[in-house]
Amino acid sequence: MIAPLKLIKDFGPNFRAFIFSQRPIIANFQSPKLWVHVVVNLYIFVVDRLRMTDHQFWGGIFVETANNFLRIKDVSTAFKINGQYYDAISHINLEVHHDEILAIVGKSGCGKSTLATTIMGLHDPSETHITGEIDFEDTDLLQLDEAGYNQFRGAKIGMIFQDPLSALNPLKRIEDQISEVMTYHTSLSKAAKHDRVLELLNQVGITNPQRTARQYPHELSGGMRQRVIIAIAIACKPDLIIADEPTTALDVTIQAQILDVLRDIQRENHAGIILITHDLGVVAETADQVAVMYAGQIVEKGSAEQIFDTPEHPYTRSLLRSMPQLDNQQDDLYVIKGNVPSLQKMPTTGDRFAPRIPWVPASAHEADPQMHEVVPGHWVRCTCYQTFQFPDEGGVTV
Amino acid sequence: MWKTILRRLLIMIPEVIILSILVFLLAKAMPGDPFTGSINPKADPEQIHHLMKLNGLYDPWYQQYWHWVVHLFHGNLGDSYQYQEPVSRLIAGRAGNTLWLSLFTMILTYAMALPMGVFAGRHEGQLPDTVIRVYTYVTYCIPFFVILVIGIWVFGYILGWFPTTGSISPNANGWAQTIGSHLTHILLPGLLGALFGTVNIVQYLRSEVIDAKHSDYVRTAQSKGVPSKDIYRHHIFRNSLLPIAAFAGYSITGLLNGSIFTETVFSYPGMGLLFVNSIIYRDYTVITALVLIYGILNLLGTLLSDIILSLVDPRIRID
Repeated sequence: MIAPLKLIKDFGPNFRAFIFSQRPIIANFQSPKLWVHVVVNLYIFVVDRLRMTDHQFWGGIFVETANNFLRIKDVSTAFKINGQYYDAISHINLEVHHDEILAIVGKSGCGKSTLATTIMGLHDPSETHITGEIDFEDTDLLQLDEAGYNQFRGAKIGMIFQDPLSALNPLKRIEDQISEVMTYHTSLSKAAKHDRVLELLNQVGITNPQRTARQYPHELSGGMRQRVIIAIAIACKPDLIIADEPTTALDVTIQAQILDVLRDIQRENHAGIILITHDLGVVAETADQVAVMYAGQIVEKGSAEQIFDTPEHPYTRSLLRSMPQLDNQQDDLYVIKGNVPSLQKMPTTGDRFAPRIPWVPASAHEADPQMHEVVPGHWVRCTCYQTFQFPDEGGVTV
Repeated sequence: MWKTILRRLLIMIPEVIILSILVFLLAKAMPGDPFTGSINPKADPEQIHHLMKLNGLYDPWYQQYWHWVVHLFHGNLGDSYQYQEPVSRLIAGRAGNTLWLSLFTMILTYAMALPMGVFAGRHEGQLPDTVIRVYTYVTYCIPFFVILVIGIWVFGYILGWFPTTGSISPNANGWAQTIGSHLTHILLPGLLGALFGTVNIVQYLRSEVIDAKHSDYVRTAQSKGVPSKDIYRHHIFRNSLLPIAAFAGYSITGLLNGSIFTETVFSYPGMGLLFVNSIIYRDYTVITALVLIYGILNLLGTLLSDIILSLVDPRIRID
């Protein structure tokens, strides 16, 4: 018999977590003794929660308070270059919810992948300096050691990598690479793992799972490899999937198929997905929420409609303007002049995008640009968006 | 697989023929002759001329070559001018010595190099890595024969731990003493040879491990939640051992080649010493036989490397 008092600690913050904690007991439903246990536990759970405020009490039982299960608070990651630390991403604030695809957009080198690897804890601690908080299901990931992190990686957070060829071990069969995740996070038998591998391969749209499971990565096409990578990421039904440019290395038809697979999985597992991409087309097609990054900062975030219909920040507007449109038959696309400064040369004050829009007067920028909420849920950095116009719209005022 | 191996062996036939012609011509092109200086210096040049004629050394090269090949097929490698003994018997007597020394050196080399290389790569930039790197650089900078001479001086002469010449003590009686004496004679040359042989493998393995450590598939394994201990065991070791495994094919041919340096410095009666002496004494028959054997061994070594690589690397299949 399990002592009821002991279980209280494991109840977690809400009803969902409570039921989850009772799973081992409920699984043995034949035993009436254990049902008594569940009832006693439920009683203690409710009594315990009665000390809370009304809102907390009802919230825990009927409303999913822990819906935003990933909360990134003021996270900065600095890399050591020649003995000095330089911020690759600075003061990132983001939330990811269940059943939601958050797209992080920006050009290469803006810190998208750094953000992903920071969440996954893939940085060498001797070469990087990370500050802030990453709250994932009531745990601050940044406080974990390697063993603690390994409880989350693969099990609750899955990652899909950009280059499907190099991300797979060339010397291991596909089956071994997929079942490796389950070895560390489940207690499945060998046969059960094999079945699960075939099921996963089937789920990601591989037509002959038996054959593919036996093959080596070099025997598969790029699209197949990416599907295998996805199968690895979802093998343990993670709550959060981080997809780092999952379609970049693939041609357009395969891209669409892979995105479909991702969306299906998200619906099935109620997972949250962070989709990192520089492809605005992919974003428009899949994302619920969008965060635009420039030079290590988030410059604008909001729902996909907000970002695409009413973009505010000059960078977002420039990006969208430089995208080919069917209804816009101009000869030349808009080009954002200049370059992103390197990590060492990154300005510490002022608007980082200001040098790319030189016609905007300095007075339009904030000295220390902050995020402003334009409409509920739509955030923009710096005040320059209020007056910003492109040169051909009469924006040259200096 | 067996078809490929058979095909490769068949392709080796023309290779060996070309090799044998080259070897024969090279030996012919060497200055000097086997008789000048080897017999009484007061000997009549007329007499040397007569001996040369008797041994067919004035015939055109293709006739000499043909002669040689016909004898070769009868297992007759000719007689050594220097030792007045059939070359085949001469080589057979030395091959065993070289085999044991090389085998010992090879085992010792890998036993030392693999842990060192992996350890250095794993702890890149830390103190143990620095120590191992300094060791490899220093060893690599010193010419091999200098290492050998210093080794003999320190361990054989000053400390007197090991015998410094030969392959067996003349006083050894009975099988136990014979084996023991053989062992003590190969210890020092084997150890010094391994000390030098590890350098390449350690450096190679170290950089392979470092490469593998930063590879994408290791990052994938990390994102699966695999503990780093297991990442090393399942992902990094095997992948970084690949080039070393391919290398092993060649080192097996070295089992019979012997080390010219080690055997010369230790006066160890093996193939390497025989080779050097034959060159010094212009012992054509021995030189040609040995170079031919070395050549064939190298061809076999290449094949062996390919086979090993195809066994350990699924990307390379030779069927």
